[in-house]
Amino acid sequence: MQSRFEMTIGPRKGWQPLDFREVFMQRELLGFLMWRDIKIRYRQTLLGGAWAVIQPLLAMLIFTFFFHRLAGVKGDPQVPYAVFAFAGLSVWTFFANSLSISSNSLIANQSMVTKVYFPRIFIPLGAIGAMLLDLVLSLGLLALLMLYYHVHLSSHALLLPIFIVGAVLSAAGLGMTFSALNVSFRDVKYAVPFLIQMGIFVTPVIYPIRIVPEKWVLLMGLNPMTGMVIGFRYALLGTPASWAVMGISLAVSVVVFVSGLYIFRRMELRFADVI
Amino acid sequence: MPPMIEVRGLSKQYHFGLSVDKAGNARELMMRALTAPFKRREPKERRPENTFWALKDIGFNVDAGEIVGIIGANGAGKSTLLKILSRITDPTEGRITLRGRMASLLEVGTGFHPELTGRENIFMNGAVLGMRHSEIKRRFDEIVAFAEIEKFLDTPVKRYSSGMSVRLGFAVAAHLQPEILIVDEVLAVGDMAFQKKCLGKMSEVSKSGRTVLFVSHNMAAVENLCQRGIVLESGHMIFDGETKSAVRQYLALTNKDGEGEGHEIDLSDAPTRKPRYAPIMRKLELFTANDEPAPRAIQVGARLKLKVHLRLPHVVPTLTFAVGINNMFGQRVLTLNTLCDPNLSHGPLSGETVVVCVVPSLTLVPGQYFLSLFIDFGAEQTDVITDALTLTVLDGNYFGVAKPTFSGVFVVPHSWSVEQVMEVSLPEVAR
Repeated sequence: MQSRFEMTIGPRKGWQPLDFREVFMQRELLGFLMWRDIKIRYRQTLLGGAWAVIQPLLAMLIFTFFFHRLAGVKGDPQVPYAVFAFAGLSVWTFFANSLSISSNSLIANQSMVTKVYFPRIFIPLGAIGAMLLDLVLSLGLLALLMLYYHVHLSSHALLLPIFIVGAVLSAAGLGMTFSALNVSFRDVKYAVPFLIQMGIFVTPVIYPIRIVPEKWVLLMGLNPMTGMVIGFRYALLGTPASWAVMGISLAVSVVVFVSGLYIFRRMELRFADVI
Repeated sequence: MPPMIEVRGLSKQYHFGLSVDKAGNARELMMRALTAPFKRREPKERRPENTFWALKDIGFNVDAGEIVGIIGANGAGKSTLLKILSRITDPTEGRITLRGRMASLLEVGTGFHPELTGRENIFMNGAVLGMRHSEIKRRFDEIVAFAEIEKFLDTPVKRYSSGMSVRLGFAVAAHLQPEILIVDEVLAVGDMAFQKKCLGKMSEVSKSGRTVLFVSHNMAAVENLCQRGIVLESGHMIFDGETKSAVRQYLALTNKDGEGEGHEIDLSDAPTRKPRYAPIMRKLELFTANDEPAPRAIQVGARLKLKVHLRLPHVVPTLTFAVGINNMFGQRVLTLNTLCDPNLSHGPLSGETVVVCVVPSLTLVPGQYFLSLFIDFGAEQTDVITDALTLTVLDGNYFGVAKPTFSGVFVVPHSWSVEQVMEVSLPEVAR
């Protein structure tokens, strides 16, 4: 009956690297958590999965009416404003929802954290993974909008996965950091919605980056979502984009992800005692 | 063959100061983080009054195929030990070596989501406990049959009775195939028949050569299932050996404060009161026949009068009080409840209040009993003290005979008659 398996449990202190072997061994659980989050998200709702597209769609209509029609904000001249705004909103909504759900994910799954062992990062990551389905659905709606407005798919479309990965890394990095902080400090619960609300204004989601003065453009790239929003439009609609800004954002998203991972792994040691 | 579980010098320290006062405030943490580089680093020592050792220097081995029971009062460190073994929290000192695939069951149905159906939750719960998708699929029918929920497989678990979801949770766990299984108090729930089934499953597990660590308050279950017992008391291991002696040790511990004391018990800071309850029950007094004070022991069949002194925090329109009496094996043998008295009436109450319960004749067989006290002001429980005191029921002249036999749970007054129906002449009998 004796297997060759052997494991030692002892005190751990300080920074912990990620145990890739363990994550790989239990990868099925990550899938299950994503599947569970998808299943329960729209249970007992009337509109079900339609909520995935209602949110960016209504936001697009409101911004088109108030910002574009009334306030005269212009998008990129190559595409109608509605398509311009919806392309940005699809990835922004994914990021915003991922961040807000993952930040609260550990608290919401308290009983699992205190009753059973598994790689804890699966909880915020699973929540974000489940959001990818919403992104796919809203990209479907974007395709319909593009058909309606006769906007052709750009030849850079194959680059889209890069920006999706960038958005996932940014959301995951911040989501892990905030969810870990949330265990000790419930302040996070109040701070994150506010950050998200402000975020849409410092990210060129509903306005084009060219209205930002030249000297600040690279600075805006430090907000990882700047590059992802620009990149989404660049890859799908073929609107002009600066690789310098997108490059900075992509690099920042990697940094945010790695530091989020380390912060999470470090704070993880006390989750069960503090939560 | 090296032992399956090796525990060496295991200790766990908790700091309550940090999580309650300081860590609750992000501003202070930020201030500390900002000022830390400018402060001389103090030796990493925390004030002892803010810390306590939930476990101190625990060491034992468990061999393959052994079932070991871990017993101890509330707060003795059982749960902490299980949490460390299950890797939920790290020890402060010491080391554990596990030589086998381990699964732990600290709760039935971990990861269950009320919105998911039974079928979906089987997969979810299995995955959380470390089963592979293919493994769950293969054992799916067995799990469903064991849980007896065939008809409700596609109903959301939120519509299940509590018994059903417990059965489902245990069924998934029972079909894990770990080499080491760690189980906590699972049997505290579910009906008798299902508890029996669970116990059967667990001894089956150990017969197949797997190792089981079992924590329970149910002494009968521990005695039935385990060959060996480990007794914990306030973080220390005070006994490790044969189960019967371990159970005796544990009972001796719980009774220690019950011997030779007066008839009054101070409840204001009872150790077994859950921290979330306010100390409403202040004092308990025991009396027997003719209102004589009873120092925690009465004779079988004698009158028992309990007088509980309360301090009510506000005006209470209606109050429910209950006394639960458990026997040595943790089985509830009797419940006394104000709801059972049709003649009870009281106006609004506040401040100092006394609740009196009279049992004209307590007919439990001689032995030791644990009394738990419950009070509520309506919907939820307001104060609960489990095992508030040990009551000894002494041998007595209940039946009015010289040598009574007491076996079973209760005595009841009863009479016999024996008479001859037909006279037969003696020679006929002899023939």
